[in-house]
Amino acid sequence: MQTGTITPSARPRLPRGVRLVHNEAQGGWILLAPERVFKADAIAHEILKRCTGEASVDQIVDELAKAFAGAPRERIHEDVVKLIGGLADKKLLELS
Amino acid sequence: MNVAAALPAPLGLLAELTHRCPLGCPYCSNPLALDSRSDELDAASWARVFREAASLGVLQVHLSGGEPAARRDLKDIVAAARDAGLYSNLITSGVGLTPQALNGLADAGLDHVQISIQDSEQSSADNIAGYKGAFARKNALAAEVVKLGLPLTVNVVVHRANIGRVEAMVDMALALGAGRVEIAHVQYYGWALKNRAALMPTREQVEQAVGQVEALRTRHHGRIVIDAVVPDYYARFPKPCVGGWGRRSLNVTPAGKVLPCHAAEVIPGLEFWNVRQHSLNEIWRSSPAFMAFRGTDWMQEPCKSCAMKEKDFGGCRCQAFLIAGDARAADPVCHLSPHHALVAELAAVREDVPYDYRHS
Repeated sequence: MQTGTITPSARPRLPRGVRLVHNEAQGGWILLAPERVFKADAIAHEILKRCTGEASVDQIVDELAKAFAGAPRERIHEDVVKLIGGLADKKLLELS
Repeated sequence: MNVAAALPAPLGLLAELTHRCPLGCPYCSNPLALDSRSDELDAASWARVFREAASLGVLQVHLSGGEPAARRDLKDIVAAARDAGLYSNLITSGVGLTPQALNGLADAGLDHVQISIQDSEQSSADNIAGYKGAFARKNALAAEVVKLGLPLTVNVVVHRANIGRVEAMVDMALALGAGRVEIAHVQYYGWALKNRAALMPTREQVEQAVGQVEALRTRHHGRIVIDAVVPDYYARFPKPCVGGWGRRSLNVTPAGKVLPCHAAEVIPGLEFWNVRQHSLNEIWRSSPAFMAFRGTDWMQEPCKSCAMKEKDFGGCRCQAFLIAGDARAADPVCHLSPHHALVAELAAVREDVPYDYRHS
């Protein structure tokens, strides 16, 4: 199980076969995966667009804390780890 | 709100590129009367259909058949899907696709490959496919897919001959390097309906298999995604067939006819439009077949006043026609249908007879 084992230094990225796209007709950002489609809300999109394999989980949290000043870092960390863990379980993100 | 504004945007397009297939699986969902090669749409027509689909909101195209690799111009068709901005999924038997051809498809922008496996045991698998050597060729192609770094789904169709090996089949998918496995119990349409008595498992077998899938999901959590298509003859609630008629997907036959679902042609009196005469947009919006059961206005009781009607959409229209004799009736799988007892009677008919293999 990968949930709960997301380390701060892990670098998440979309694996081959998973794409984040914007689609007007479907009303926003969508994560396209093998025979599955997931709508990404505004928060998920902010996190996912940073999952490029470059930034670590810690760096993503820092960036978001800077971009959304006012939200406590703890809370952002919680959201990021939850989203990344859930998507990794579904094979929609890879951690390196 | 006017009708056009309320019209949903479809998510998926099932492109049946050809009905030709080297295999003869007795549960094939293709219709009994197959389109001939000379009637198949050319690659340029598919490219236009893909562009029209993308402008309707379609995100994913499933390149299916028959065996799509039977088309010499498959690479052009994959490239057209990519050019239209669609996520492309190749649904293949794994037979008839060479490693070189697969490499070409990957270069052309193919996003994902689904390979069907008939069983975890070679002799049984080849017997079900009606093709000697199919098992070995599928395994070899799966390895090529993984080698190229393309994501792989293994699809297993489950019925009486292989239902005891669900666990072994999931293990096989894992060993092949699949990121996802589909455990799809046979749905009885087309050739599968013809072979129903030879394919139908017992209720006990189905319950055991459903329990195994649950346990396997826990055991392999995070390693492989297990999606299951439930066997509805033993269910009490109907499936929300194709996510609702004319709501989420379209199916284009090899000859260009556009159907709300792949089995829709069994329903008498429906008028389907063809991409040779109409744009996909026109067909989605106003073709008689798509209008016939879109929304809930067509419903009768018990669906009409049912709290579930926006969730299961009355179940499957084809099954309502095939079992209850009326496409507007509730899917008889539903325990509220007056025809529900018929489903159990049909499921009880099990005969160990040779398969009537799909043939063209």
